[in-house]
Amino acid sequence: MEANQFAAIGVTFSISMFITLLSFMTGLNDLLDGLILNRTPHIRLYNEIKPNKDQPVNTTTAFKDHYNFIRSLKSGGSRQEIYNSAAVLQALKNDPRILGYAPKIFAPVFFNDGSISIAGVINGIEVEAESNYFHFNDYIIEGVAADLKKVSNSIILGKGLAVNLLADVGDIVQVTTSQGEQFPLKVVGVFQTGIQDFDKTQSYASIVSVQKILGKAGTYITDIQVKLKDVKTAPAVAVVYADLFQLDALDIQTANSQFETGSFIRTLISYAVGITLLIVAGFGIYNILNMMIFEKMDSIAILKATGFSGRDVKRIFLLIALSIGFFGGMIGLLAGLGLSALIDQIPFTTASLPTVKTYPIHYNPLFYVIGAAFSLITTYLAGWFPSRKASKIDPVIIIRGK
Amino acid sequence: MSEKILEAINIYKEFHDPVTVPVLQDISFSINKSEFVAVTGKSGCGKSTLLYILSTMDTDYKGALFIDNEPMKNKKEAQLAAIRNQKIGFVFQFHYLLNEFTVLQNVMLPGLKLNKYSAKEVEHRAMEKLTMLGIEKLALKNANRVSGGEKQRVAIARALINDPVIIMGDEPTGNLDKKNSEIVFDIFKQLALEFKQTLLIVTHDEGFAKKTNRIIEMEDGRIN
Repeated sequence: MEANQFAAIGVTFSISMFITLLSFMTGLNDLLDGLILNRTPHIRLYNEIKPNKDQPVNTTTAFKDHYNFIRSLKSGGSRQEIYNSAAVLQALKNDPRILGYAPKIFAPVFFNDGSISIAGVINGIEVEAESNYFHFNDYIIEGVAADLKKVSNSIILGKGLAVNLLADVGDIVQVTTSQGEQFPLKVVGVFQTGIQDFDKTQSYASIVSVQKILGKAGTYITDIQVKLKDVKTAPAVAVVYADLFQLDALDIQTANSQFETGSFIRTLISYAVGITLLIVAGFGIYNILNMMIFEKMDSIAILKATGFSGRDVKRIFLLIALSIGFFGGMIGLLAGLGLSALIDQIPFTTASLPTVKTYPIHYNPLFYVIGAAFSLITTYLAGWFPSRKASKIDPVIIIRGK
Repeated sequence: MSEKILEAINIYKEFHDPVTVPVLQDISFSINKSEFVAVTGKSGCGKSTLLYILSTMDTDYKGALFIDNEPMKNKKEAQLAAIRNQKIGFVFQFHYLLNEFTVLQNVMLPGLKLNKYSAKEVEHRAMEKLTMLGIEKLALKNANRVSGGEKQRVAIARALINDPVIIMGDEPTGNLDKKNSEIVFDIFKQLALEFKQTLLIVTHDEGFAKKTNRIIEMEDGRIN
């Protein structure tokens, strides 16, 4: 019986490690992915500055049967603005596949500080949509996002940019647009995404402010960021909208394929380590059951003598193995949950992640299902050969040996 | 009176290791219902080997064996196990009780395997057997907490649980002192007389053998 407990502890240990490892690794994975992907739309609709595909010469019937060479093609004429943006937004609103969207204006500017100019970007955003769908609030380290809407001509600067401009909340910064217009904006907040290059150049203002800076009408937007209910459908939906509104559409899978590969590899590693742990535990159980059969020779012999067949004996040993797996596994799942919860409490503060206070843990019932299933499967397999051996024991040899 | 419980016809067995040696030759005899038979002989004469063949645990022999008029040849391992369970009760020199269980559970085990009665009835029957052998107060004790003589009585109760047609014993008193040997013998005697129980006991204890109905004496693998 002591051997059984030992085997069960082995299973408990490996299952709890499996659960903890997967929860922790997946938590870290989500954190790393979230660093980039939280702020990335599933689909970005915009107009790329590029030459028109349908050059006039191709549309005339006179040269239909000719091959037309056009040299020195220029990208002029096409605009960054999304045409008929109200209709596009309406279509997005009515699409059941879409969770939400946030219109945006992308405006390259210079930030003026005395005699120097720092190149940067003002993103005109709708604060609520941006916060609801793209976690904008999470990255504000000073000030309040909602002030962008309340305070006219206001701006939220990236941390790096604010440092370079020596600007604090309440200060005024001067921006110059690409058309040469100068404009004063009041700093109402500072954000930090953890990506240095991003924080050094980016800033946010309300859509209305940016339209004013650029001298554009109230329907002017350059980007629409779309968040889908199911991120996997992004490439398909992107194609539909690109066709429908003659826009460029970039889906998240194309834009960030390296993140998917990264998280896939990390998940693979954690599963591999976890399953290795379980297999090692399986060998432990195999050894212990093997030993137990030698210990219990007498009992097996008498069971067989009093009418238990080889199959019954095998079933008994398999049952012992499975109960080791079951109880060891159950305690392991609980211990894994406890250990994960413990890690979840360990402080983890880093300058680049203002919202993260403790180590990230991803609680996923699937891990527990996998752990439970695997503990039963390994113990069953580990019990199989010893049970077979037990079933083949000849009672005569044991009983005569006494 | 001529109801044959066990019949052996020309049983022959040889050992192959290290050289082929015949250990049993021309063994033919039969046992009728309610007979109390002792098989005696010197050490190494093959009496235990014979018992294991008769008990169906050893299937590597030539000749024919009938238990309850049923041929035992060419039966599968599981079928033989079922026959042992239902028709044969065993008492060995060593008690072979399972230490993990109580006395009562040990007695119940073959009955639960037979699955003829419900667990409740098997328990009741096990208590009856224990009472019959005068050890009912040990029922709830752990099997390793009772004395050697008592253990052997528990083993007898276990042998009786399925009302077997025959009880086979391999030196059942071999490990016991005189007093306990007598108790065990008296139990066997009582079973034979009162309950018409058929018994086949292998022993080298002359005194024990003499008190039985019939002695089969063996020498060099043959019956005298």
